[in-house]
Amino acid sequence: MQINIQTTPEDHRIARLAAFAIGLSVMEAVIPSPLPGIKPGLANIVTLLVLERFGLRAAIWVSVLRVVAGSLLLGTFLSPSFVLSLSGAAVSLLALALARHLPKVWFGAVSLSIFAAFAHIAGQMAVVYLWLIPHAGILYLAPVFAAAALLFGSVNGLIAARLLTEGEGVFPAQTALPQP
Amino acid sequence: MFRLIKPGDWLVLLGGMLATGALFASLWQGNAADKAVVRSGGKVVAELSLAENRIYIAHGPLGASRIEIHNRRARVAADPSPRQYCVKQGWLARAGDAALCLPNQVSLELTGAKKLYDSLNY
Repeated sequence: MQINIQTTPEDHRIARLAAFAIGLSVMEAVIPSPLPGIKPGLANIVTLLVLERFGLRAAIWVSVLRVVAGSLLLGTFLSPSFVLSLSGAAVSLLALALARHLPKVWFGAVSLSIFAAFAHIAGQMAVVYLWLIPHAGILYLAPVFAAAALLFGSVNGLIAARLLTEGEGVFPAQTALPQP
Repeated sequence: MFRLIKPGDWLVLLGGMLATGALFASLWQGNAADKAVVRSGGKVVAELSLAENRIYIAHGPLGASRIEIHNRRARVAADPSPRQYCVKQGWLARAGDAALCLPNQVSLELTGAKKLYDSLNY
């Protein structure tokens, strides 16, 4: 028996881009982190590129697929760390959805990336406070998280900006259908 | 590399730095309190960390004063003194804040990393 799923070229594109993002998040899970919650967030580069090239809908798809499939690969699916990833991704997508309307002449990928990074950590801290550790003591970590968000947000934004200007051919707008 | 950063990006970067700096300044130093000092009759009877939620009972000439620590703040929750000034003061959150219960001679003072002007001894 053969199951046929009708797929569109867009599905293929999203799957391919999500695979990039999943690869990056699995890769950086290997890097030891001084504090849980501080990591480079390289997969957000993919989200930024997708947002810029293919719009918000595709960016949401890629982001959610990355969180779900990434957590399945790392064995954290439905664990607190998965809920934190998902809430961070959701809040940063919300920030991106608002920030993408800023005038393009003035604000580039670096701005979007910094906004997304701050929103990401703010969303996660809110969930940690409301659900995991309802104690004001976690506020003491906020400055460290903010500094990390600023640093990694800027670096990821620069990488995304560079890929957007110099890697025109990397993500073609139209993906060729795979040959049978 | 500088071609990749647009003028508004510098603004966002600056805003992010200011916000981070403000967070460090407000949460990590200055008048963030970390300990509650309880005195009875002028003598220190307890030094309680604000990191742990708890209730401490201090005894004075009139009876027991209940001191409560919750979410890095402290207050006198109950006291036998007639005018209840220290109870009405509510939550204390910053270093140097103090509540005096008279005539029960119980006092609660918050201290931080930085030694501030001591309002109880001067």
